[in-house]
Amino acid sequence: MALVLNDDQKMIRDSADGFFKAEAPVAEHRRLRDSKDETGFNRETWAKMAEMGFAGVLVPEAHGGAGFGHVAAGLIMEAIGRNLSAAPMLSTAILGTTALVAGGSPEQQAKYLPLIAEGKRLFALAADEAARHAPAHIKTTATPSGNGFKLNGAKGFVLDGHVADTLVVAARTRGAENEPDGITLFLVDAKSAGLGITRRSMVDSRNAASISLDDVQVDGADVLGEVGKGFAILEKVLDAGRAALAAEMLGVSTESFTRTVDYLKQREQFGQKIGSFQSLQHRAAHLFCEVELARSTTLRALVALDSGDERASLFASLAKAKSGEAAKLATNEGVQMHGGIGMTDDIDIGFFMKRARAAQETFGDIAFQGDRLARMLGY
Amino acid sequence: MPDIESFRAETRAWLEANCPAEMRTPVARDSDVCWGGRNCQFSSEAQKLWLERMGAKGWTVPEWPTQYGGGGLSRDEAKVLASEMRRISARSPLSSFGIWMLGPALLKYGNEAQKLEHLPKIARGEIRWCQGYSEPGAGSDLASLRTSAEDMGDHYLVNGQKVWTSYADKADWIFCLVRTDPTAAKHLGISFLLFDMASPGVSTSPIRLISGASPFCQTFFDNVKVPKENLMGVAGKGWDIAKYLLTHEREMIGDMDSAGRDTVSQIARKTLGMEANILADTGLRTDIVRHEINAWAFALTMERVKDEAKAGQGVGALSSMLKYYGTELNKSRQELLMSISGTDGLAWEGPAEGEGDLARGWLRSRANSIEGGTSEINLNIIAKRVLELPGA
Repeated sequence: MALVLNDDQKMIRDSADGFFKAEAPVAEHRRLRDSKDETGFNRETWAKMAEMGFAGVLVPEAHGGAGFGHVAAGLIMEAIGRNLSAAPMLSTAILGTTALVAGGSPEQQAKYLPLIAEGKRLFALAADEAARHAPAHIKTTATPSGNGFKLNGAKGFVLDGHVADTLVVAARTRGAENEPDGITLFLVDAKSAGLGITRRSMVDSRNAASISLDDVQVDGADVLGEVGKGFAILEKVLDAGRAALAAEMLGVSTESFTRTVDYLKQREQFGQKIGSFQSLQHRAAHLFCEVELARSTTLRALVALDSGDERASLFASLAKAKSGEAAKLATNEGVQMHGGIGMTDDIDIGFFMKRARAAQETFGDIAFQGDRLARMLGY
Repeated sequence: MPDIESFRAETRAWLEANCPAEMRTPVARDSDVCWGGRNCQFSSEAQKLWLERMGAKGWTVPEWPTQYGGGGLSRDEAKVLASEMRRISARSPLSSFGIWMLGPALLKYGNEAQKLEHLPKIARGEIRWCQGYSEPGAGSDLASLRTSAEDMGDHYLVNGQKVWTSYADKADWIFCLVRTDPTAAKHLGISFLLFDMASPGVSTSPIRLISGASPFCQTFFDNVKVPKENLMGVAGKGWDIAKYLLTHEREMIGDMDSAGRDTVSQIARKTLGMEANILADTGLRTDIVRHEINAWAFALTMERVKDEAKAGQGVGALSSMLKYYGTELNKSRQELLMSISGTDGLAWEGPAEGEGDLARGWLRSRANSIEGGTSEINLNIIAKRVLELPGA
């Protein structure tokens, strides 16, 4: 499959660009932060995103979604990255949908997917337990109880966990702490007894909840996929998330870069535009290359997810690693090249650096992805 | 079956039948690379056969038109051919500045007679070309070149000196930048000439490099007569051709990393061994995977750039990006290969030491970010043409 956008995808890119610029620009991100908004995003914006088909971008048409696929989802995420738009796009439209599509029974899919597409039900993935991403590192237990299981344990960094209606919880039904085998996924209603959800405000002004599970009773029908075989589903969910985050970070990189190059063309020192200094030109040109490489890996990962490529995991890790590194460089250079004003809260450039940092950490940074890649490649 | 899949099946069958077994092993030494030419020394009968078969099919230049000796393949078909060759680890049948550099410029700027004369011979590997660009006083500032070509009516009289002429001592013909109008502004007096290296007055002298090898020469022109019909394009417009050709040269130099070699990690596995399912040297493992992330990202970018060009999309000055990034990557690869070999990599002479191939390769790669436009010149071009930064 060629690494170019087709006409439909270009249309989605253009409409996403226009939408987020108008409805959820960086100024709106600033407003949400300054008002300490409890939800962390604008629910009206999310309702409009549902109307646009964004919420259901991965939901199959048979379940009322747009069924556009991962390349389209990535284009939406890229626009979100450029505008720093807060929305439960990742938690619900990408992670929640992928969990249901990859592991859900026909009943679960029929129950939840249309609600996701309509923007009426929010999901959150409660998988990670350690501060450093380690998907098989799961201590939360699921022990048989009644016609289902009782869940006990704790989860950290559950994106949009404080507003989610349904949690996708990874728990261990058997096996040792770092073993992929024996992990089971559960669909848990956020109002379940025994569930403690604490909102944490993060450096990027997004929300990630800490969640405690104290004898949370779930029904056998709430198991997602097979008992003990949840890790393969979790990997698919995480890979979709990694590719989507790579796309969001690509948006962060391009916008930070554009703003920085514009600044180089305006700011004068020593009687000339600072963009005429070769030391800055070479760094900007190098950064341009890094962002272009990040774009290639991101598109490849999204195409791989859409085409069911057997190397989709490989490409997802590659994209997450490369786009993360590009975003780190783009935002660090962004602040540095803005000089003193780049350190102030008055201008937006710092927001991009904060978001890039959080997105890098989410579902594994380059150290994690590099190790995963090396293992997949046999070293 | 879709056309492209039947093409894949035919291609696979043809390669199975026609690619000699010896040509399905990794390139291990310089003589494994075939450069063709009048005086070509084939290292084996298989190498000769492989070139002849691929040349006859036009698959040394799959996307060139068939009337010029090419395969006439579409971009998608060429991708299939490349992937089928990779599948059986087939070596490239021909390495050629004619293919990578002159060919694209000839297709764009050459007249019909020049195309028909030169392109098929390039495709079949019959004529080996070298590039007369740099001069002692014209390196990064190439347009200040001084080699003169005086209009003598029916021919040009060429006098001057070129330097860093790759394989000038082995080449049959040269494509050469000359100054035809000494009074014009520096970019406007330049013309693009093609001539036979066997012409009276041409001499070459190899330059010994830090690697010990002499792939580059000084090339001298002393009253060399070049027929007027060997002028490519328009007199005084040679700089446009020079720049166009440089974009292909830069892509070629940048693209070297994907030429079917073992990856760094494959070599590391063999050399360093494994422990508990990961590379035994965990420190180097981190360095290697960082390199391979970039190498892969770069290979995907090459692919995307070609796809975008085919679809009429893409950004300018890409060749500068590819040249800059590709050569820096190759240098990083060579550094890692040296690290993987440790002190064994320092061996320099003697058959038991592989004649110092590794160290010489590492040293050779230092030139990648100098030849064909330095990394710094390419960053200048990106800053100026893509980012439109002031005063660059």
